[in-house]
Amino acid sequence: MIEYALTFGFCAVSLALLLNLWRLLRGPSLMDRVLAVDTMVINAIALIILFGIQQRTTIFFEGALLFAMFGFISTVAYCRFILRGDVIE
Amino acid sequence: MDFVFELIVSVLIVLGGFFSLVGSVGLIKLPDLLTRLHAPTKATTLGVGGALAASMLFFAVFEDSLTIHEVLITAFLFLTAPISAHFIAKAHLHEHAELRDQLPPTGRPQGWSTFDGLPVTEEEGEGDDHKAAHH
Repeated sequence: MIEYALTFGFCAVSLALLLNLWRLLRGPSLMDRVLAVDTMVINAIALIILFGIQQRTTIFFEGALLFAMFGFISTVAYCRFILRGDVIE
Repeated sequence: MDFVFELIVSVLIVLGGFFSLVGSVGLIKLPDLLTRLHAPTKATTLGVGGALAASMLFFAVFEDSLTIHEVLITAFLFLTAPISAHFIAKAHLHEHAELRDQLPPTGRPQGWSTFDGLPVTEEEGEGDDHKAAHH
């Protein structure tokens, strides 16, 4: 049963990633693209976690944690660059 | 008993995938950025939370290895999602100066703090005036 749920999860998250990619390419303003990348990072974390369940290994958790940290830091850095014209003052 | 845990893990995975999809559909469908911000920051965070809860239960029950990594990732994501949403909204307000005119008056000499910075108190004197204007 978990296998069927995993198949559904992979399909749903992959479709979500494609929709985010569409917003990233089309996004009318700069901040739309930043928001799309931020959402893509979160969806990629979900995909990594689901892949870890399928492979029955806990080795991907560190990767997911690093993804979470770098996604947050890059979003905040980009927004600070827009707001202040500089990342670290 | 295994069947019950298998059912719970499956339901959590399906819910996680569903909410991730809902967040991204909202990102596509909603009309402008401030409404678009609403969908991914709530639905997608809930979706990845469902996947992480499923993973935690799966490894605790079927692999006998209860780890704290999922709790760390969940806590980190739930803490950082509002902060990044706030930053994106603030950068959007600064990029679109025409939104400033639609704001209601604050009823004080000081404007909205997103644009005008902190109010200048009597003790700090004149020195901070140009700083607030620059901000």
